[in-house]
Amino acid sequence: MTLAEATATAAPATLTRAAAETHGFLSPTGVEIAFLLVGLVTFGAAIVTVTTKQLVHAALWLVVALGGLAVEYLLLTAEFIAWVQVLIYVGSVVVLLLFGLMLTKAPIGRSPDADSANRWAALVVAVAAAAALVWVVVDAFRATWIDLDGPAAGSTEATGASLFQNWVLPFEALSVLLLAALVGAIVLSRKEKPESSSPPVNSRTATGSSPSVPDSRNHPIGRKGAVEATSATGPPAQGTGSAEQEGGAR
Amino acid sequence: MTTTTLAVLVPLLPFLGAATGLLLGRTAPGFVRPLAVLPPLASLALAAVVAVRQGGDHPVNAATELTPTGSVPIELALHIDGFAALVAVLVALVATCVQIYSTGYLRDDPRYPSYAALVSLFTSAMLLVVYSGDLIVLLVGWEIMGICSYFLVGHYWETPEARAASLKAFLVTKLGDVPFLIGLFALATDAGSFRVTKVLDAVANGGLDHPTLIALLLLAGVAGKSAQFPLHTWLPDAMAGPTPVSALIHAATMVAAGVYFIARLLPVFEASQAAMVVLAVMAAVTMLGSGLAALAQDDIKRVLAYSTIGQLGYMTGALAVGDRGAAVFHLLSHGAFKALLFLAAGVIIHAAGTNSLAAMSRMKDLRARVPDAYWTMTVALLALAAIPPFSGFFSKESVLGAAEHVATGHTEHAPGAAGWVTLVAGLLTALLTAAYATRLWLLAFRGQGTEAPDHGRQPLTMTVVLWVLAVPSLALGALAYRVLPDWFDGRDLTPTLTTSVVGTGVALVGGIVTYAAWRHTSALAARVPLGAVAAHPDGDAGLVEAEAIASHEPAYGDVARASDPADPGRLLLGPLHRHAAVGFHLDALYTALFVRPVQAGATLVRFLDREVVETYVRGAGALPRRLGDAVRRAQTGNLQTYVSALLAGTVVLAVAVVLVATGA
Amino acid sequence: MHLAYPAVLAALLFCTGLYGVLARRNAILVLMSVELMLNAVNLNLVAFDVWLSKAAEETLHSGQALTLFTIAIAAAEIGIGLAIVLAVHRNRGTADIDKLRDTAEGHGTDSETDGSDSDARTAEQAAQSGRAGKAEATA
Repeated sequence: MTLAEATATAAPATLTRAAAETHGFLSPTGVEIAFLLVGLVTFGAAIVTVTTKQLVHAALWLVVALGGLAVEYLLLTAEFIAWVQVLIYVGSVVVLLLFGLMLTKAPIGRSPDADSANRWAALVVAVAAAAALVWVVVDAFRATWIDLDGPAAGSTEATGASLFQNWVLPFEALSVLLLAALVGAIVLSRKEKPESSSPPVNSRTATGSSPSVPDSRNHPIGRKGAVEATSATGPPAQGTGSAEQEGGAR
Repeated sequence: MTTTTLAVLVPLLPFLGAATGLLLGRTAPGFVRPLAVLPPLASLALAAVVAVRQGGDHPVNAATELTPTGSVPIELALHIDGFAALVAVLVALVATCVQIYSTGYLRDDPRYPSYAALVSLFTSAMLLVVYSGDLIVLLVGWEIMGICSYFLVGHYWETPEARAASLKAFLVTKLGDVPFLIGLFALATDAGSFRVTKVLDAVANGGLDHPTLIALLLLAGVAGKSAQFPLHTWLPDAMAGPTPVSALIHAATMVAAGVYFIARLLPVFEASQAAMVVLAVMAAVTMLGSGLAALAQDDIKRVLAYSTIGQLGYMTGALAVGDRGAAVFHLLSHGAFKALLFLAAGVIIHAAGTNSLAAMSRMKDLRARVPDAYWTMTVALLALAAIPPFSGFFSKESVLGAAEHVATGHTEHAPGAAGWVTLVAGLLTALLTAAYATRLWLLAFRGQGTEAPDHGRQPLTMTVVLWVLAVPSLALGALAYRVLPDWFDGRDLTPTLTTSVVGTGVALVGGIVTYAAWRHTSALAARVPLGAVAAHPDGDAGLVEAEAIASHEPAYGDVARASDPADPGRLLLGPLHRHAAVGFHLDALYTALFVRPVQAGATLVRFLDREVVETYVRGAGALPRRLGDAVRRAQTGNLQTYVSALLAGTVVLAVAVVLVATGA
Repeated sequence: MHLAYPAVLAALLFCTGLYGVLARRNAILVLMSVELMLNAVNLNLVAFDVWLSKAAEETLHSGQALTLFTIAIAAAEIGIGLAIVLAVHRNRGTADIDKLRDTAEGHGTDSETDGSDSDARTAEQAAQSGRAGKAEATA
């Protein structure tokens, strides 16, 4: 069992053994029972998320899974993380996902082709990976216990102090990353507006694509230019409306 | 200059002429004709000088080692005795006449430069054979003649007859040449040298260990080259080549090479009595069969071809009875009158526009169109039929005299059986020879019917040559029979009384019977029109001949004969006529025995190559392509497939690492 | 608490998310599955951080800090990801991953018009000549 010994060197051996003395392997505490039950709920919700055929329901079951994880964090005394989880994940990420489903016109109700034909290979891979990971993990941490007594390890005060003393630079870098993501998302989702400032230039858009750009059907400029020339209406107002128009023009 | 130098120049000059002609023929066409005629003419002069200097005395010998071979050495050697000197003069004379004749015959032929160069090369090769004192050098000349014959017979290669004939000539002679080569090696091993003088010394002193085997192997090559039974089938078909080629190759030189070879090495053959008997039987069968076949041919050149085969049979018969002087005497006179016959036949074909005797017998006054050919051909036919005082009489009588000498037991050289066989066959053949010669003359020159077409005078180059060759045909025999023994072995060549009378009588009988038959059948000629005539009034003789050859089969249904009821040969031969016309079915036999199996084998090989070998080759290409197709199918474009494969591999690797790390 | 509980739960959640990434057809469902995987990682980080904060003498609380960063990055990623999915939907009319086959073998030969490639294939063995370009359009 060299793997277990390898991981055990990360922590002082004495404390580990001290923890082992107070707990037998087959005497779960209340925390463990709660953790187990909530874990089952979470796992079940996750399973349903990846198997259900109703796309919106999948997002909602994801909420359950993420909420379950928040409860797990609380049980692990990481309260700040738990509330951040609820705020960001449940609050905004899921909302974004739902918006995305709406904007891409996900079918309401059962959609028969929610799973690709790859699912059997995926199942095999996932089960194999799960078996490997669980076995390795259990084998490695057979005799390791978390000590949950004493002050909370993840209280806001402790987390904040650690964050702004030791992790300031990554924190600032992260904010730059968020800014870049914001800008990128805006740029990606922007549509080409008709150039109303120079009317005679419509001839360029009318040809469909500039000569330097190869006529690739992946390139949005050519397509959108052609669509703009044929639509001949005012600039499209809403995202859904333009999507419908382009869908119709194709 | 020494005789040796002159002798070296004799084959060298035509060779240089040929090389220059082949190289410059296209770029300097003005030089082609002088380059064709002058080297053989110079060779003739030099050969005459060499002959005069040698004068029948000691042979001129010279040798230098060519290359060390490790066992039996090969030397560039000369051995010029009386035989060699005179045969060389004949060869050079006929070659010169043929070259001069060809300038008129192939006047407009676009391939004339290569033709003339090949004729010069051929001449040089024959002179090499004649003068050579080393058997391997002789073999070199022998083989060069073979390949030149292939090219020259196939000169009109636009006609399928010429293509087939050239291949047939080449293959049949090569079939004889392989045993010939083995025989040469065996002879040199037994005698310890390739030099002719050393071989003859070895035979005289200790004898050879395997004389019969060597003699029979060498006879195979001679049979092929000199068109003796059973390898004679190529010569009648080789008439598809131009007439001057026939005159040179198939009358005077190449076919004479085999006879000359035996004459050169006669002691080797005399060492084996069995070989002499085989030679005699071969000669007899050849003489009789060819005589009968000549009576049934419709093509004038084929008659002459079978006649050549028969006359060569005379020469081999003379050799079978051990008299090489008689054989070479007949070779000399036959070379002159047969070349003349062929050249005159070429003139006649040009004038008549056809080579078919049936067509010519339905033309009137053909002899008035070609007076030179008429008179010279008459002289040559009389020489052929061995009527005194023409040269053929003397030379044939020398052969028959030698046969009688051996038959009556007056010699130790050859078995008596050979003598009897040769004598009887020779007399019968004299009858047949006179018969077909008369037939030829009557059908060609005594035809009745429509007026022969008038194409103007024949070119001077063609007619002058005929008269040049008529002189030896007329006078050679009478002048030479006293002088020649000094050049040869010393045996008397005077015609003996008994054989002369019998021979001439037999010939006269043959001629008269044929004339009677002709009188009987010629009345039918007017009733049955027949024949096809090529109409090219301005074409040169070569073009007319090519057309005539190509049109014979469409006109008559067969390349050799015509169903002509006015043919006296039909009456003379009776039921044999049908078989004689196709050479007694020997061609059909060879086709069934050899040609069909080889063709079947070739088909099999082609099938195997296409189906078996090609399959592997294509499979070698197809296999990577299929592998590539299979690999390409993995590129589905679906990201989830790619990631699944990636993760599956990762899981496997991780499990493997864990197992290895935990020592499993 | 035994450390195996959160670790095993994290492993199971990760593999569930893995299955979802590989098996789902809609791009948004794939993004959801990616979120599951990220959350599993977060759970792992938190559990180990809590264990080590008591078991080790001096810690940086790196686990929880990294968890916060992961959550932030996941949020940014989902924003960009959805923008991409919307752009794809705008260009191709579908968010179906199986239809995005531009890297497939033999792909570029039969598409002369705009629009989606034919969904004629039922298995992954569609042989189309490939073009090396990206499937998504970028401005």
